[in-house]
Order: sequence, then structure tokens, then C-alpha cells
Amino acid sequence: MNKVPNNKAWWLVLPVFILVAFSALIPLMTVVNYSVQDIFGPGQAYFVGTEWFEEVLGNERLQASLGRQFLFSAAVLFIQIPLGIGIALMMPTTGKRASLCLILLAIPLLIPWNVVGTIWQIFGRGDIGLFGWGLNQLGVDYNYTANTGDAWATVLLMDVWHWTPLVALLCYSGLRAIPEAFYQAAEIDRASRWAIFRYIQLPRLKSVLVIAVLLRFMDSFMIYTEPFVLTGGGPGSSTTFLSQTLTTMAIGQFDIGRAAAFSLIYFLIVLLVSWLFFTAITHLDKQK
Amino acid sequence: MIAWMNWTLPVAIFFAVIAAILVVMTVYEVVSPCTERKGFLPIATTRGDRLFIGLLTSAYINLMFLGLTELSLWIALAVSVVWVAILLRWG
Repeated sequence: MNKVPNNKAWWLVLPVFILVAFSALIPLMTVVNYSVQDIFGPGQAYFVGTEWFEEVLGNERLQASLGRQFLFSAAVLFIQIPLGIGIALMMPTTGKRASLCLILLAIPLLIPWNVVGTIWQIFGRGDIGLFGWGLNQLGVDYNYTANTGDAWATVLLMDVWHWTPLVALLCYSGLRAIPEAFYQAAEIDRASRWAIFRYIQLPRLKSVLVIAVLLRFMDSFMIYTEPFVLTGGGPGSSTTFLSQTLTTMAIGQFDIGRAAAFSLIYFLIVLLVSWLFFTAITHLDKQK
Repeated sequence: MIAWMNWTLPVAIFFAVIAAILVVMTVYEVVSPCTERKGFLPIATTRGDRLFIGLLTSAYINLMFLGLTELSLWIALAVSVVWVAILLRWG
């Protein structure tokens, strides 16, 4: 059969290209423009060159907020990925119990961010919240509005509660895609439970884990609403993450030029880390 | 219509150069399609991968010059151009 090369199908990509241009490319170009100017209002912009970048790079408040952000994202990945895999492994595979588990797991994912923040804000209070009150009754000096450690623990716990189900659901779907024959072969070889996990389940989960790690990293790296509602970034600035610092700068202080320079650096960090994750995990695959 | 974008000449030149690089790379790809190969980078890469790595690292090179040194950014630009060329050829 003679194949006729025909590349007309590329035209079908055009709508997506236009959409991306409007939703990403044009805003990005605008932000780059803003980042080299001092803007006082419409028509009142003065070119300042790289001044904002220099200032942002040397700003200690931003550096501290960046450090906290990395710590938070690392903690999120460190807790949620193993926990999600564990939950997925323990879930029943068939019948009504499986459906029930899936529904229960999906509930936190359906709750809007600011509601999650409000729930935990009340839940953690020492006077009317079950969690805070319970801990205080047990003799634990818990107060998330005053102690840095407690604030961090509450924000982390909230994020774990909200997003571990996503990791668990992804892993669950990955596990269901493993053919039964693999387990039968393992049984014939008298493989231990650990060996089955290490040599059958984990390698087969790799592709869903790539997505889980990427989604959780990006989401936790741009977290805003939940800590904003729960702690407002406090006590002090101990739970003020990058996006909150950025919002305060851009909208609170209307410092658009500096905020634009800051968001470009933020963007470069996210781009680099996401690319590193993606490359590391996809190339692990090829080496085998 | 685009007044709110506050275009400045240096930024316009920057994006024009990026667009030109993409066009040139596309034409080059059509004229002589590249294959994935392994250079001094720890992973096998295509030409497009190397360009992406080059542009991203160049951004960091410029930020480092700005944040850590008092040197002119023109030097950073020169370093970046040499670095991207090395990366495309031997990376």
C-alpha cells in the first residue's frame, strides 16, 4: 500500500494553540513587560531595567518564604506519596466495600479550598473545635494561632487530609490495571508480600506516580487559600508561603513591577523542578 | 488594544529572538530531522530538549549574575550564548 504523507492534521492543533496563546503566552509576555517597569497606573510606567529582579533576589523576606515553600512541598510529598500508596494497597478490590471506599476517599477532593481552610480553622480551635479541644484536654499545649510548630502541623495535616486521597485514587487505578497473571506467577514462585510490592506493583505504578508526584508538587508549591484561611500566614510569617507573599505584594501593596519580577522567578523555579521530576522519572524507565 | 501590555523595546526584542530561534529550529528540523543521542549530559536528548535545557539554564545564569555578582548582564548573555552553543553541539 502506498502511504501518502499528509500533514493537514496539524491544522487541528490550531484551536489549542490559540487558546494557549490567550491563556498563557500573552499573560506571560505582559508579566515580562511589567517586570522591567515601575507602574503607577494606566499610562504611567517607567522603565527601570533589572532593578526589580535585583531587589527581589536580595530580599530576605522572599528568601525566607521560598525556603518555607520548599520545606512545605518536600513534607507534602514525603508524607502523601507513601501514605497514598499504602491506602491504595489496603483498599478492597471488588464489591460494595470498594465503591464505599472510593466515595469516602473522594469526599475531601470535592470540598472547595476555602471551605477546607474554614473546616480546619474551627476544628483546630481550643474552645469550640473538636481537634484542638481534644488535644488540650489530653494535656497537649496545642494552639495553632500562637505556636509555629502547631501551625505547621495543622497546615500539613490539612493538606494531607485534603490531597492524599488523590494520590490514593491514582495508585488504586494503577493497581487495578495490573493483570492477574502477574500475581499468579508470583504465587507460583512463592514471592513474599514485600517482593510482590517491590517487583510487581511498584514498577507498574511508576507512570501514575509520575503524575501524582508532579500534581502534588505543583499544587503544594502554589498553595494559597488553605493556609490563608487557616492561619493567615501566621503566627508571624511562619506559614506565609510564596503565593501569599506574592499576592500581598501585587494586590495589597500594588507593587506590580516587583511582583512581576518575583512571579517570573517563581515560574522559573516551578519549571525547573517539574522538568527535573519529569525527566528523572521518564528516564528511569528507559535505562532498564 | 495592547496598551495594557505595556510593551517595552527590550522585552519585544527578547520575545522576537525567542520566536526567531523557534522558527529556525523548526525549519532546521524539517530540513534535517534529528535523532535522540547521548552527549555530555547524563541523559539522551533531542535537539529540542537541548534547546529547552539551554534556555532554562541561561535564565538561571542571568539570575545568578544579577543576584550574586556586580558584573554586567551583557557578560551573562555572552556566557549564555556560548553555553547554549556548546550544549546544542556536544550536549
